[in-house]
Amino acid sequence: MSVAIKLRGCGKTWPGGTVALHPLDLDIAAGETLVLLGPSGCGKTTLLRLIAGLELPDAGGQVLFDGEDVTRLPIERRNVGMVFQSYALFPNMDVAGNIGYGLRVRGIPRAEVARRVDEMLEMTRLTEFARRRVDALSGGQRQRVALARAIAPRPRVLLLDEPLSALDARLREELRQEIDALLRSLGITAIYVTHDQAEAMALSDRICAMERGRIAQIGTGRDLYHRPANDFVAGFVGDTNRLGEELVRPEQLALHPSAEGEWTVQRATFLGPFVRVKLRDAAGRELMVDMPDLATPAPGARVEVRRRGPA
Amino acid sequence: MSDRLRAALLIAPALAVFGAFFLIPLGQLAVAGGAGGYTTILTEPRYLRSLGVTLLVAALTTAITLGIATAVGLFLARNRFPGRGTLLALLTLPLAFPGVVVGYLVIMLAGRQGLVSEISMALGGERIVFAYSLAGLLLGYVYFSIPRTLLTVIAAAEKLDPRLEEAARSLGASPLGVLRDVLLPGLSPALTAAGAICFATATGAFGTAFALASRIDVLPMVIYTEFTLQANLAVAAALSFLLGLATWAVLALARGASGGAAG
Repeated sequence: MSVAIKLRGCGKTWPGGTVALHPLDLDIAAGETLVLLGPSGCGKTTLLRLIAGLELPDAGGQVLFDGEDVTRLPIERRNVGMVFQSYALFPNMDVAGNIGYGLRVRGIPRAEVARRVDEMLEMTRLTEFARRRVDALSGGQRQRVALARAIAPRPRVLLLDEPLSALDARLREELRQEIDALLRSLGITAIYVTHDQAEAMALSDRICAMERGRIAQIGTGRDLYHRPANDFVAGFVGDTNRLGEELVRPEQLALHPSAEGEWTVQRATFLGPFVRVKLRDAAGRELMVDMPDLATPAPGARVEVRRRGPA
Repeated sequence: MSDRLRAALLIAPALAVFGAFFLIPLGQLAVAGGAGGYTTILTEPRYLRSLGVTLLVAALTTAITLGIATAVGLFLARNRFPGRGTLLALLTLPLAFPGVVVGYLVIMLAGRQGLVSEISMALGGERIVFAYSLAGLLLGYVYFSIPRTLLTVIAAAEKLDPRLEEAARSLGASPLGVLRDVLLPGLSPALTAAGAICFATATGAFGTAFALASRIDVLPMVIYTEFTLQANLAVAAALSFLLGLATWAVLALARGASGGAAG
């Protein structure tokens, strides 16, 4: 059911001449979850919309689903499922009406639609809300309706455009786990756009980090975190210190109080799981070190910094 | 001073104005018809037929106007192109015209010396004249109804979330399906409001009908004739009251129907 996606030379230039996306190639395996990660304006949503069929690539670009050229196929004939940040639920239909919409427009018999809708309601734990108006639901419930609606017609690809960004932190975490479980159980090819690196790490098989209309790096979360291709990627997937030519993550360093230490503690911020300590040396260089909340040094204390052994 | 008393005092001026300039004249109008006036209009088929024609013309005007304004409004709300502002200004120009001018425009287009007539003659056909018929009257009414309807539709269309349409398309909906399931339901409050104004304006429109000296007896023309030429004040008053009542009833029905459909 799920397809492999290939992009060949896909760029996008807006009518005003702004380049949203420089021509790029991208291969997504069948059943893979690829996260497009980057700041706003990096082209990740444009890339998603090219794959969806909502935008046409510049001349020469090609979008292939399992080898079939779908570049000119409009979205309504590509059989893709979409989930939007703003939910985009139809306000004139109830929950079941929304979920069944894609099946009804395909002319599937009524009994079959009802059966599939019930299945989706159960899968997303929305059965008791079937006849509820969508504006009577919470944000998390609405996004679950949107997911069920997108999956119901068994699309070839699931495209998610910042689906959790409108939710508060707690709900976001909860729904993220649900989406993750759903994608694993369906085995569907999924492309997930986000600017949140934690979300990207948690959901992805691979992450495609994007910067100003280009792919900066593609790889697993570990690749991007431990072997970032450049400063942009390093900075985007976590905080970094620069030690000479080397980038070091704050949790890879350890502090040792020492009267002769070259670093002075500026500030120690309690962040829950760890304490982030900001240091400065005589030359004005700065360093961040994350440590457990056990023997946090007081501001002004002199310390030595050493690298932790490999975890 | 209690809150209730304060509220009563604050609303008193508004109530006084409402009473003096709305309720009292309306009451007087209702009474001026007298038993005789109402008996006449209810027994004389001419008057009821005129009421029927008026409501029919208004309903047709509303339907045609909503159709055109929805198509044009959706297009203008979604597309940016050079000359869009000028086009919009042109389309809304009739807002400034009195009905008489609109009637005159219809005569210039479709009257005996009108453009359509000249062209049809030049092409060797019969002289086509429809300014003084139902078609001419409808044309005039639609012409002056389009601007206000169009502006309402554009404002509403610009507020529709484009993601809704994209979601429907991703689920396989054809353009017609998107129109039926997303756009029209989204626009329906605006269309109801604009349609109500359009209908009410068309029932009371006088200038256009007057300028066309149309063969169709719309009620405002009948009222004018009874009032000025026949000096039949009772019948004129009774007809006016009936026209107001009928328009109000139609609008209330339309509101109820659209509210029911939305819920």
